[in-house]
This record gives sequence, structure tokens and C-alpha cells, in this order.
Amino acid sequence: MSKRFLYVNRKAPYGTIYALESLEVVLIGAAFEQDVSLAFLDDGVFQLVKGQQTDELGVKNFSPTYKALGDYDVNKIYVEKESLEARGLSLDDLLPLTYEDEDDDWAEKDSIKLVSAAELAEIMEAQDVVLSF
Amino acid sequence: MLHTVNKSPLERNALESCLKHAVKGSAVLLIEDGVYGAMKGTVKSSMVEDAMKDISFYVIRPDLKARGIDESRVIDGIEIIDYHGFVDLAAKYDKTQSWL
Repeated sequence: MSKRFLYVNRKAPYGTIYALESLEVVLIGAAFEQDVSLAFLDDGVFQLVKGQQTDELGVKNFSPTYKALGDYDVNKIYVEKESLEARGLSLDDLLPLTYEDEDDDWAEKDSIKLVSAAELAEIMEAQDVVLSF
Repeated sequence: MLHTVNKSPLERNALESCLKHAVKGSAVLLIEDGVYGAMKGTVKSSMVEDAMKDISFYVIRPDLKARGIDESRVIDGIEIIDYHGFVDLAAKYDKTQSWL
């Protein structure tokens, strides 16, 4: 029986290793066919900002990998509204993450769902396992 | 004195504490996750804009680019520099203090 897993992402990319480690664990966990959700809040919303170019830094730009999550049935990506607003960001600033819905003739749908802090609290409560990064 | 800040002001108080202790005529260089402090429109932008009256601000371009922060999002008056500019600043000021 599958369990509900939530990965909580609160760190900016590159400054620490948390964001990359989280993404790797999500991809590994996706192979186990659990019910996976991702939450991005606080500085974690910076992970999904589009247009990242790391060539001059000499580190890997892992942001394109988020676009592959839909192919691994990871399509519940919750972004906290208050965190975006505090950083002067909107959904338009984020990577367009989509998946193909097999229950709806493979229609392409958005994976990112904008939620309030109160809604995210409910989502956290509804999980079996919460992994924090 | 040259102050460097490498933490996001939205997560830590390194920038806030730096600005509290930086005297008139000093410089603040935002590096690594510190570059989020150079963004317009955040809850911390006004803190930086107020400090700009007395302090010169610089931000590292490759750190902005890595994080997808377009230069148009940088607060007007903050100078965007490359690594050789970092070296110039380190040479120009007598001391450097890192706010970690």
C-alpha cells in the first residue's frame, strides 16, 4: 500500500547542498511508486525560479531536472503564496512544470499549485511521511 | 571597510546585522545567497534602499545569473560587478569583514 510522502523545501539553491540533495532523494523515491508531493516555501521558492545560468560558477545547473518530475508521476508541487510575495515573485517567474494526466487523455496540466500557508499546513497534516530539506 | 554578506536576508539576519554595524563611507558586497538582498520588491528591499544613502552596494553578477535573477530586478544604484571587481574592492578598502 502506498504512503503519502511530502518533501518540504525551504532553502535557496547553490548556497547550500539541501536543494540538490532533496531533488535527488525525490527522484530516487519516485521509483517506489508512492504518493509524492513537494512543497516549496520560504527561500525554497527560489529553487524554481526560471532562467538559472550557473556556467560562470562552475556548478551544475540542476533546475532543468525539475521539469522531468512530471515524467516520474511527481505532479503535486505546492508553492506557498506568502513566500513568493515576500520575495517579489509571482508564478510567471517560476519554471513551467507540467505533467500528462493519464486519467484525462494525457492532457498536459500544470504541476505547480499556488497555496496559502494555511492550505499548506493542511497538506502537511494529511501526509504519512514528511521529509525536510 | 568592505563588508561581504553571503546569506539570504530572507533566511538569516547577516545582512541586517551588517547594515547595523557598517559606518558611513563603507561598502557592502553581496555574494552567493547574499545576492537575494539586492532584489527589488522583497520585504527586505527597503532596508537596503535606506542604507544606500550612506553605504555603497555591490553585487556579484555570476551569483545573480546562477539564481535566475535578471539584472532588471536589482535595486537601482547597486553596482553589478564581476570577480575582478571583487578583487578591486578588496584592494581599495583597508579591511574586509565577512558576515557569514
